[in-house]
Amino acid sequence: MVSRPRRSIKLTSKLRLEDIQGEVYRGVSEIKGSLVFVRDVKDVTYDEVVIMRGPDNIDRMGRVLDVSHELAIVQVLGSTSDLQTDMALKFTGTTFKIPVSDQVLGRMFNGLYRPVDGLPPLASGDVRETDGTPINPIARIQPNNFIQTGISAIDGMLSLVRGQKLPIFTESGLPHNRLAAQIARQATVRGEKEEFALVFGAMGLKRDDATFFVDQFRNSGAIEKSVVILNLAEDPAVERLLTPRIALTVAEYLAFDLELHVLVILDDMTLYCEALRELSAAKEEVPGRAGYPGYLYSDLATIYERAGIVSGRKGSLTQMPILTMPGGDIRHPIPDLTGYITEGQVFLDRDLYLRGIYPPINVLPSLSRLMRSGIGSSKTRDDHRDVADQLYDAYARGIRARDLAKIVGELGLNEREKKFLEFSEAFEKLFVGQGDSENRPVEETLDRAWDLLAKIPEAELVRIHEELIAKYHPHHRANTRE
Amino acid sequence: MSMQMGTLERVAGSIVVGSGISDVKMGEVVMVGREELIGEVVKLTEGGFTAQVFESTGGVGPGEKIVGTGKKLVAELGPGLLDRIYDGVARDLELLFKERGSFIQRGVRVNTLRRDVEWEFKPSLLKGASVGEGDILGTVLETPMLRHHILVPPGVKGRLKQIEEGSFRVNETIAIIAGKDGEYEASLMQEWPVKVPRPFKEGGRLGLDLPLITGQRVIDTFYPIAKGGAAAIPGGFGTGKTVMLQQIAKWSDADVVVYTGCGERGNEMCDVLTEFPRLKDPKKGRPLMERTILLANTSNMPVAAREASIYMGVTMGEYYRDQGYDVALMADSTSRWAEALREVSGRLEELPVEQGYPAYLPDRVAEFYERAGRMVVLGSPERNGSVTIIGAVSPPGGDFNEPLTIATLRYAGVFWALDPELAFSRHFPAVNWLKSYSLYSGPLLSTFTESWASHSEYEKTLSWWHEISSRYEEYRTKALELLNTAASIESIARVIGESALPDDQQLVLLAAEMLKEGFLRQFAFDEVDAYCQPEKQALLLKMLIDFHTNALKLVTRKVPIDLVKELQQIPLIMRAKENPGGTRYIAQLMEDSQQALEKIASNYGFTTKEEY
Ligand SMILES: Nc1ncnc2c1ncn2[C@@H]1O[C@H](COP(=O)(O)OP(=O)(O)OP(=O)(O)O)[C@@H](O)[C@H]1O
Ligand SMILES: [Mg+2]
Repeated sequence: MVSRPRRSIKLTSKLRLEDIQGEVYRGVSEIKGSLVFVRDVKDVTYDEVVIMRGPDNIDRMGRVLDVSHELAIVQVLGSTSDLQTDMALKFTGTTFKIPVSDQVLGRMFNGLYRPVDGLPPLASGDVRETDGTPINPIARIQPNNFIQTGISAIDGMLSLVRGQKLPIFTESGLPHNRLAAQIARQATVRGEKEEFALVFGAMGLKRDDATFFVDQFRNSGAIEKSVVILNLAEDPAVERLLTPRIALTVAEYLAFDLELHVLVILDDMTLYCEALRELSAAKEEVPGRAGYPGYLYSDLATIYERAGIVSGRKGSLTQMPILTMPGGDIRHPIPDLTGYITEGQVFLDRDLYLRGIYPPINVLPSLSRLMRSGIGSSKTRDDHRDVADQLYDAYARGIRARDLAKIVGELGLNEREKKFLEFSEAFEKLFVGQGDSENRPVEETLDRAWDLLAKIPEAELVRIHEELIAKYHPHHRANTRE
Repeated sequence: MSMQMGTLERVAGSIVVGSGISDVKMGEVVMVGREELIGEVVKLTEGGFTAQVFESTGGVGPGEKIVGTGKKLVAELGPGLLDRIYDGVARDLELLFKERGSFIQRGVRVNTLRRDVEWEFKPSLLKGASVGEGDILGTVLETPMLRHHILVPPGVKGRLKQIEEGSFRVNETIAIIAGKDGEYEASLMQEWPVKVPRPFKEGGRLGLDLPLITGQRVIDTFYPIAKGGAAAIPGGFGTGKTVMLQQIAKWSDADVVVYTGCGERGNEMCDVLTEFPRLKDPKKGRPLMERTILLANTSNMPVAAREASIYMGVTMGEYYRDQGYDVALMADSTSRWAEALREVSGRLEELPVEQGYPAYLPDRVAEFYERAGRMVVLGSPERNGSVTIIGAVSPPGGDFNEPLTIATLRYAGVFWALDPELAFSRHFPAVNWLKSYSLYSGPLLSTFTESWASHSEYEKTLSWWHEISSRYEEYRTKALELLNTAASIESIARVIGESALPDDQQLVLLAAEMLKEGFLRQFAFDEVDAYCQPEKQALLLKMLIDFHTNALKLVTRKVPIDLVKELQQIPLIMRAKENPGGTRYIAQLMEDSQQALEKIASNYGFTTKEEY
């Protein structure tokens, strides 16, 4: 029985071949895409990290994807453009781990956790496996702390709670970054002073988008409480596979070791998925829908499920991934599988945007599954749930009336349909629409909702309990005041 | 059954190749590497074998050991299963938590059944009795809600040489059965290979004519499920599969509920764990957890264990069935299980047929749903038990035309089709009333209504109670007709506008709207309406159908439809389901709205009552 002692090596600093003990392998049998095939290896384990030096004298990192006595298949992280088969290669004897400590706050790294802020790598601290391990369901605490984002469509109808994973489904050209930044700026838990620590993981982002976020954090002073992991559009795609995992490893450390409330923004998950597809194709796996591997669901789950609250720790990890829907299609495998894993979605709509509405949130296909536990009399207000339900119903009817009007003309609508049409127009302008520095308390959001609901006959408000109508409906409020 | 040591040849994610175990069998459990990770043999080749590993394999490499256990993947069955939560391979998650903390570490071995708990065993047989498989040896009060019957395991028979009353741990001997081939030491627990259905009495399958009452109107009244039946809930993300399964798990009149979270969210399991202990069983008034088993294999846990979790669940279910109980098994989501099959099949480089799924997918689906049923179980005293299987299906893109949905519909008798349009406007449960069906509805509705004959209280106070029970099927048919007609009228209205429709058609739209809001919609988290008693379902339906019948009399006599639409009772009728006044309130409202219609009629010089 052979076994080498498992070593623990810090992989952050520019690891060089010389830093690792053990046998140097020279020459590989094949390079295909980002995969390198090494023959006749000894004592290699699955998922082990490999350091490779090409003729350009640059050291690259890789991971073992498949290993038998005869052959190890290594996935190269980083650029493969100048690699040649006569490279030198060493197996590190460890899986991918990164060091974490409280020094990580305020720092900026690249997609492989190398500093890009001019400061040295993290010196000391714990070493963590980037893949993470599942939270034992019994150790989870039910998330139920309402986060006020100050955005009516979200707070009123898609309430976010601490520990939730709520993605933004968007299309390129829509203001998702503005929205995410606004949320990051405004998010507070009512009655608590404490702000969120931010972890921003960029996958394939354009430089100016990344700069936009970093500037936002700087200007709001959030930078000291944030960690930025940047994989930019020009960086190797394969590194994107690590970026979100590094971001989440850091976030878990902040949330469950330092007990901070952490908000993680992952942008853009679609580019992550494309990197995964590329790798899968290189491995010649049987492709699934749209060429994405059959295990895309499971792979995404190992990212998205890393959110929540854990018993005995004060912190929490809230995730807000951003993904651009290819072709604006919510049925595309990426949004589809994401929706099957996350706890709802915020759906941005090009049509609303073109009509000048910011944030262009279409509430109908949007959902927050954890809303129920975060709202209500002791948390937001007793009418919150009923009002949200009624808004959904009324808006859905308004949209149906709008579609009908396209066929029969507005004159062909009956009185009732006209009322709902009117409602939905006002709803989009006055409730969904707001400024990108407008921060509405949830009471204001709900009051606005009532003003809009007052436009439809009271008898139609069957989703609201009668006592709440008596308490909040503007007609009754006016009456009691008189 | 002996352990055999072999060598790992290859590691590629959850799939490993080994050699050197001479008589290794398909389905045999293996222990992989230094940490002895648990896996299962899925393929035999010349000179070697392939296994899928239920835990992550990072850091494991060729040359390490792989041990064959000689055993298949088994479920531990016995008292203590209830009121607990397990992972996909049935490790007790609380024990795991105590041993390793909040995050699940690999390579930890914990049992399903706790070995340190003592159970009070009361024999029901005397020494000397001759016993056979399935006979009840005695009982243990497992939870205040459930008396656990200790059974002679399948395949064992003989004379009871010894049986003892007292406190026992699950693995201690409670009885000795002397058989032809030697003695069998019976304990409170037994083991059973999860992929093999547990046997029941030959020819013992019973008809599916008892309803599983769920308290959900769209289910019980429209598309009922039988005890021992199988139902499929397909729907895109966010359409309400999980909430529906949880509703059934909470409120159905099953004795035992096995809830399998297969490849879904951790927070949902936590939700069940938080809520179930607080909620009371509607009949027995005890916390729901006392009749519940939870299996949690969340989406980020190793994929191979997803497959195991489904079989674990159904095996546990069958075990309680064998004791004579009605079991409801929820599987959320079977798609994740099918995907696990696909993934393993892909790694084994098997030939895929459709969307990457292996050719044997329909067989696996059939085998699974075949384990549902109501049957005469083995052993004496003679008794019946049932396993009802309700499986969520998560079709890609919400499109039902895909291999798993199609295969499932072939074997499930009930189809609750979830509709994204309904979910978008927050009409829950988003069961599409036109696409769904139940093959069991005929016999079930009669049994359903027969049970009302016993509501003597209503017989006395409500003059028309008798009518309800005798005409319920008629009401249901009428409601479905209204909804159907409304759908086709709506498509016309979409072209010409509603106001251009004749009054009787506008009335159909109104009646359908009232049915949707006042009957079909049922908010899962409403204190009053989360569970709707069968008799309340009946009253609501009668109120709605009668309203249409009587209003139609007005409209045919040329009373303008607007007079009907303006009635104050309409919003009240749509809200009645959530009124804390319950059936009394509904009965009153029914009279009121009848009078209101009658008043309009009399203004026009006729009466609505004449036709009866
Ligand atoms: N009967 C109901 N009453 C009230 N709300 C409901 C009901 N059913 C579903 N919902 C709402 O819809 C949301 C989504 O439901 P659910 O989580 O059951 O969807 P799902 O079909 O299981 O989705 P996924 O496939 O992504 O798991 C819930 O969080 C809840 O807000
Ligand atoms: Mg679900």
